[in-house]
Amino acid sequence: MTRWNDIFFILVLVADLFVLASSRLRAGIRAVATQGCLLGILPVVLASDATEIRHVALLALGALALKGVAIPWLLARATRESPVGREAAPLLGFVPSLVLGAFGIVAAVWLATDLPLPVPGMPRLLVPTALGTIWTGLLLLVSRRKAFGQVLGFLVLENGVFVFGLLLSDFMPVMVEVGVLLDLFAAVFVMALVMFDIQRAFSSLDTDKLSSLRD
Amino acid sequence: MDRAVLLLVAAPLVLAALAFAMPSGRVRPRVLLAGALVHAVATGWAWASPPPPALGGWVAIDPAGQLVLVVVSTLFLVCAVYAQGYLARRQDRDNRSFVGGLLVLLAAVSAVAVAQHLGLLWVAIELTTLSTAPLIYFNHNERSLEAAWKYLVVCSVGIALALLGTFLLALASAGPGGPRSLLVADLVTAAPSLSRTWVRFAFVCLVAGYGTKMGLAPFHAWKPDAYGEAPGLLGALLAGGVTSVAFLAIVRVLQVCLAVGEVAFARRALSAIGLLSIGLAAVFLVRQRDFKRMLAYSSVEHMGILALGLGIGGAATTGAFLHLVYNGLTKGVLFLTAGNIHRAFGTKQVEHVRGAARLLPASGPVFLLAFLAITGSPPFAPFFSEFAILSGAVQAGAYGRAAAFLIGLAVIFVGMGATILGLVQGAPPEGLKLDPAMGDSRLTAGPPLALLALVLALGLWLPSPLSTLVGEAAALVRGE
Repeated sequence: MTRWNDIFFILVLVADLFVLASSRLRAGIRAVATQGCLLGILPVVLASDATEIRHVALLALGALALKGVAIPWLLARATRESPVGREAAPLLGFVPSLVLGAFGIVAAVWLATDLPLPVPGMPRLLVPTALGTIWTGLLLLVSRRKAFGQVLGFLVLENGVFVFGLLLSDFMPVMVEVGVLLDLFAAVFVMALVMFDIQRAFSSLDTDKLSSLRD
Repeated sequence: MDRAVLLLVAAPLVLAALAFAMPSGRVRPRVLLAGALVHAVATGWAWASPPPPALGGWVAIDPAGQLVLVVVSTLFLVCAVYAQGYLARRQDRDNRSFVGGLLVLLAAVSAVAVAQHLGLLWVAIELTTLSTAPLIYFNHNERSLEAAWKYLVVCSVGIALALLGTFLLALASAGPGGPRSLLVADLVTAAPSLSRTWVRFAFVCLVAGYGTKMGLAPFHAWKPDAYGEAPGLLGALLAGGVTSVAFLAIVRVLQVCLAVGEVAFARRALSAIGLLSIGLAAVFLVRQRDFKRMLAYSSVEHMGILALGLGIGGAATTGAFLHLVYNGLTKGVLFLTAGNIHRAFGTKQVEHVRGAARLLPASGPVFLLAFLAITGSPPFAPFFSEFAILSGAVQAGAYGRAAAFLIGLAVIFVGMGATILGLVQGAPPEGLKLDPAMGDSRLTAGPPLALLALVLALGLWLPSPLSTLVGEAAALVRGE
């Protein structure tokens, strides 16, 4: 409950803004990887006496390995091998999406101060960080046109849910660990992206081209 | 653990591993049939002698779970027989991941049905998505890739929201004196100590999450694409099986809401989503140019009817559970015959399909009759379940919802009818030569015909064990 652990939550939120602002996919991937590493540190920072060391280690290492290293690395490799689609081309400009993102984070802080948490002793920035990150993820999902950008959005959304899950780490650690399974989706996404490439059915990985199915 | 439960979940997984390892694509479909038979036997066994809860109460077969197992098992058996004929015709494609994926799906769906822990339930639902996404891409073309991508993106966001909702519910149970558990039974028993505010938040996220999986409007965006591009066989299992387990997940959440006393809020939300789904389906069904997408919107409609039934509560709940069975079986007939028509004509655009009844003397008429069944024409079974929901609405004094429901049904009957009559009647387009290998055969036309006979028989006579099971399942969330 010390003040200094606030810094980690603030860094997670800063990473959100970085992803929103990055026009280059590589930069976006780096920001998501940094966020993933921060999520690997959070369980350790939050560990209280009630938490078993085994669960803390498992969660921290799992998050670090998957969110911080494996998924970003796979994604970066997929971008490198694809000759196209390096630049993010959002439906919503970078400045408006940054403004919306910042607005969402402020709203999350404001909303979270009114929520009575049933579990005492949690850092005050945990819920705002979770809500702000979920909001950023959803924003990316709807505003990015490239398939790669949507994957980044899903990763950020997933990170937000993970931060929220840390509220349960004292009394339901297994459930939080199960949440890491969401990363399976991320892995499948990357596989699908690679498939896009093999298929070369589209000239670019632009989801606007994915529009032959409509009513 | 009880043997029946092991057979339901573990046996399909073992057979899936066998299917992946097997070298011969000709023999592989038999594994699917074996899995379906084992599953049917295990379902019957569990029904005859309900197994005790296992794994500390995480796994138990309650009436709602048993009902879903019965639907899924019947549908899967019919589809497995159909697959023998279908995959024999599709020697062009490697069926390894198709057969393996279907068996993993069967295991995942059964796991949802027996899960009493909301975390376990979430994992199993995630597995249904992961195992079906590659199957949508079975045809390996641009359109099926697009459909699989959209399915993955939309459903994974839904799954993430459902996880958030599960976390919120765990949090609601963590207050002073709370059970700190995600077992449905614990949450229901200790309901007074749950935080009502957090249960509300949890309900919103869980309905959005599992509603996506069920394909309720406005979370249905993946459905027309996925059902349109997936093989008819997969469409049948998605529309009758996967949506049924997503419905079961929402029932579990409603059980908690009912115990906590947040049910009025939950019912309002479910009614609104249900009516929205029916209305939206009606708009997109009329003049739909693609008959498989039309069936997808029909699925959105019927998921809306299920949500509406839960939303009205009381007697309508029984109607909803009955409709779960009847809709699942009838959707099976529709998707399997639609697949046959699609293959015979080589297109699913309605303007190029005419005279299906003449070209396919079995599939054509069965498709037409299944349309009559699904739109609620007597004496087919769905008429009785839809009528039960309607009369439940009137009994509950929900006249507005009853009227909106009736209007929706009427518009959809006319809209779908115009399209389907055009497909089935008349003479086939000139110059269309039916590839003899694509015509009706015993294995492709027989299963949907048998299923249609079952839908008709259930309309004429509802066996008392089934009606008892439906009543017991509905009692979980009936309220009053």
